[in-house]
Amino acid sequence: MNPAFLDNSLFRNIYCYLAGSSDSCAERGYDTTLLPAGFEWLAFAITAFIIINIVINAGLGAVVVYIWGERRILGRIQNRTGPNRWGPFGSFTSVADAIKTLFKEDIVPDEADRWLFNLAPILMVFPVLSVLAVIPFGVGTFVVDLNIGILFVIAITSMSGISVVLASWASGNRIAIFAGMRSVAMLISYEIPMALSLIGVLMLAGSMSLGKIVDAQDIPFVLVQPLGLFVFLIAAQAETSRTPFDLIEAESELAAGYLNDYSSMKFGIFFLAEFLATIVASMLIVTLFLGGWRGWDLIPSQIWFAGKTVLVLLFIMWMRFSWPRLRVDQILSLAWKGLFELTLINIFVTAILIAIWPDPGITELLIMSAINWVVFFISIWLVSKLLRPGDYTAPAPRTDRPTYPVATDELPDEVAYTGGTTR
Amino acid sequence: MSRAWDGAKLAEAIQKSLPDAVVDARGTDIWIAPRSVVEVMRLLRDDPEFRFELLSSVTAVDYISYFEVVYHLTSLTRNATAVVKSKCGIGRDEAKIPSVFDIWRGADLQEREVWDLMGIIFEGHPNHKRIMLWEGFPGHPLRKDFATYEQSIVPESEWRVPTALADELSAENGGAQGS
Amino acid sequence: MTTQVRTEPITVNLGPQHPSTHGVFRMRVTFDGEEIIDVEPIFGYLHRGSEKLAEERTYVQVVTLTDRMDYVGSMLNNQAYMLAVEKLAGVEPSPRGVWLRMIASELQRIASHLVAVGFLIQDLGAWGTPLIYTMREREKILDLFEMLCGARITNSYLRPGGVFMDAPEEFWPAMNAVLDELPPRIDDLDDLLTDNDIIFSRTKGVSVLTPEQMLDASITGPMLRAAGVDWDLRHRDPYDYYDQVKFERPLHTAGDNFARYWVRVQEMRESIKIVRQCEKMIEPGPVRPDHDDVPWLLRPPVGDAYAAIEHSKGELGFYLVSDGSISPYRCHVRAPSLINLTLLREMLVGELLADMFVSFGSVDINMGEVDR
Repeated sequence: MNPAFLDNSLFRNIYCYLAGSSDSCAERGYDTTLLPAGFEWLAFAITAFIIINIVINAGLGAVVVYIWGERRILGRIQNRTGPNRWGPFGSFTSVADAIKTLFKEDIVPDEADRWLFNLAPILMVFPVLSVLAVIPFGVGTFVVDLNIGILFVIAITSMSGISVVLASWASGNRIAIFAGMRSVAMLISYEIPMALSLIGVLMLAGSMSLGKIVDAQDIPFVLVQPLGLFVFLIAAQAETSRTPFDLIEAESELAAGYLNDYSSMKFGIFFLAEFLATIVASMLIVTLFLGGWRGWDLIPSQIWFAGKTVLVLLFIMWMRFSWPRLRVDQILSLAWKGLFELTLINIFVTAILIAIWPDPGITELLIMSAINWVVFFISIWLVSKLLRPGDYTAPAPRTDRPTYPVATDELPDEVAYTGGTTR
Repeated sequence: MSRAWDGAKLAEAIQKSLPDAVVDARGTDIWIAPRSVVEVMRLLRDDPEFRFELLSSVTAVDYISYFEVVYHLTSLTRNATAVVKSKCGIGRDEAKIPSVFDIWRGADLQEREVWDLMGIIFEGHPNHKRIMLWEGFPGHPLRKDFATYEQSIVPESEWRVPTALADELSAENGGAQGS
Repeated sequence: MTTQVRTEPITVNLGPQHPSTHGVFRMRVTFDGEEIIDVEPIFGYLHRGSEKLAEERTYVQVVTLTDRMDYVGSMLNNQAYMLAVEKLAGVEPSPRGVWLRMIASELQRIASHLVAVGFLIQDLGAWGTPLIYTMREREKILDLFEMLCGARITNSYLRPGGVFMDAPEEFWPAMNAVLDELPPRIDDLDDLLTDNDIIFSRTKGVSVLTPEQMLDASITGPMLRAAGVDWDLRHRDPYDYYDQVKFERPLHTAGDNFARYWVRVQEMRESIKIVRQCEKMIEPGPVRPDHDDVPWLLRPPVGDAYAAIEHSKGELGFYLVSDGSISPYRCHVRAPSLINLTLLREMLVGELLADMFVSFGSVDINMGEVDR
């Protein structure tokens, strides 16, 4: 067993309660022994099972709460009450929805490729749950602190694109295939700015481990890396297909996109994976840019983390409910012409600053952030200039508005009709 | 107020170019021969005297012994309107009239609707299909011999012949009066 | 070396159950990738044979049929039908009834435009927020209708020669409150939407129609005005008392989706002005002519009449033929929703799938009126 697992306090407590006689536990002063020596593997298996269950179920529970919260807030934004019937403040609504989804008939279309059709939901939810493994939720509250954490996150989340393509192809539905084509174009394009936007953070923290990145944030990296956060926020929205970028399941265009032929719990799993992806994305934003679980010691670190996550989620919801969707070519040009350049600028500027101050303290970080914010505003202004649609012929009335005669007995004289003759 | 062309004046103006086209003129309406519909309509659209750019409406009325296709035209240039009518399908068989699709694109869906519901064939319409009802629907519902509830063709003996109109028809064998 | 990528067009049936076809409308669309290369509209899923049904009802009963044609513009439908009936029967309407129906139809125009704008934004992909904002304003107008005639959507408020009952005392302060509230709300809508870069870049230059094309295809209403043709029947052929009120006709020159959206937003402001003027001009009196002059069982003389109004969607006309009996011999509706779809193929071919429903929404059709 990798002793690094013992950094996790929950894992350490359970494991060493079961197998306290093992070397690594004895070093840390545990003396309880439930299992005889030689059964450390069993202790490891039991502990891992418990931890995985806790994390996955917490994730799913968070989704249920999130869906309810989103519907309530959507209601508030739209001047209505939102769900308020079932449970206090309607909080059991999503539970009822989940039960309803479970009991629906599971339909597999005749045209569908059965195997791939059933495989796609699993592939969709698996990477999102895997990301939960590397996120530090608080002091000593994490599954494992991988030393290649960011690489792991980026690698494993790219799998969701595959599952969307798989689902759309396996359904044998033409509308779903549009969603598949769009997801290939969009998800893959946004992988690049998303990965590049994190380079600045990596350079500042000097590590890929998410735990070390949190440790390195003496001031939250949002101050030092505004461009990185900006690009990552947009790219994460695109990756999770939230509304300005929800091309894949664009309701007004593709009905439900790749979900068209899914029903029952397969649909539920897609739904769940999608919402969980949003939560995970905001957790990553908190971890990488907002100082993770760090805050004043009065409040437990886990609460800090959850509170920051909720704030980011609220921001994402606000964007989601206010804006219409972009067109597919606009989304791609935003990725390649806008965000890509911004990440390059960010990497360039951060690299220069790191070269000047190789090991920045708080003062140096503050100076860096001042410079970075200036760069942020200038580059955003430049890129928006570039991407902005050309000036529009202003909605002014025509000056040559034809004046038409009114009510005469004689036929009126011919007036220059600017529309010309037909055809 | 838009000026409605007087039927007699309109007929006179058309007859300058197309002597045989106009059959009758009463009130604000003129009746033209079905064979000259295209020429008259082209004249009405293109001639600077008329300039009817807008084909407001195409419809048809079933007068039992014949069908009457009614065109409502509007001129934006001259702020004028005109009503052009044409009798076709005398004796209810082979109700045909040339299509004005080539003159006004706006006739496209309206003529299809008239064909679908009234059963008048517009010769030369490029997409002469049913529009509201499905292909193979029995009959054309707006005809007077189509019973609404049985959805079947009723025999001639049971036709509902409007009394006032029947009197008028027998009196002068003409259509409805202009209003 | 360049290689030609072999692509294959695919044909997709969008509708009749697609969520954003504004009803039961079906389009058979052929795509090359995301680009539309052919569109065939298929109508008729909501066909109820209103024109045939009208032939079996009395002139007043037909009012209920007109309500159900464009069910977001019932008052306007009633008005068009009543104008045709009055023209056919030679009824002289009573002034108070005319002012009341002008107020009702202008309020209905605002409501209809609110629906059009809201659903256009919904088709653009906004998560319902702008739609709900516009619906909230529409609700207030529907409440006013409830005060006027007891119904919210299918009003059946108008009768030959006027309206069937006078507005209650409470109607006027309630209407003033709504009219005071509306302009700031429309400004809000402008702030949220018209200046929004996403909406701007999504709708600008998409599905452009030239005035020549539209006139050729008999397209009228806000679509035509969005291309700069000043053609508004309220101004050009004033029916009712529209010659006594002053209003602007908002024109845009672009003829694209944004222009159509913009024209609708501006027309709402003009309608508010018209309602305020009507309120000033209205005087006490009977709301419809005496029963002896205009009986419920109207028997117009033999003849025909065509009357058209500026509906919120275009020129709505009724062509009535009378045989002297109590029901119309023929009742034809010149439905703007149907005729404005004539150029659907021209609008959509060459655009992307994403813009398809936006363009479709910018036509502002109502399936009840398309199929009748």
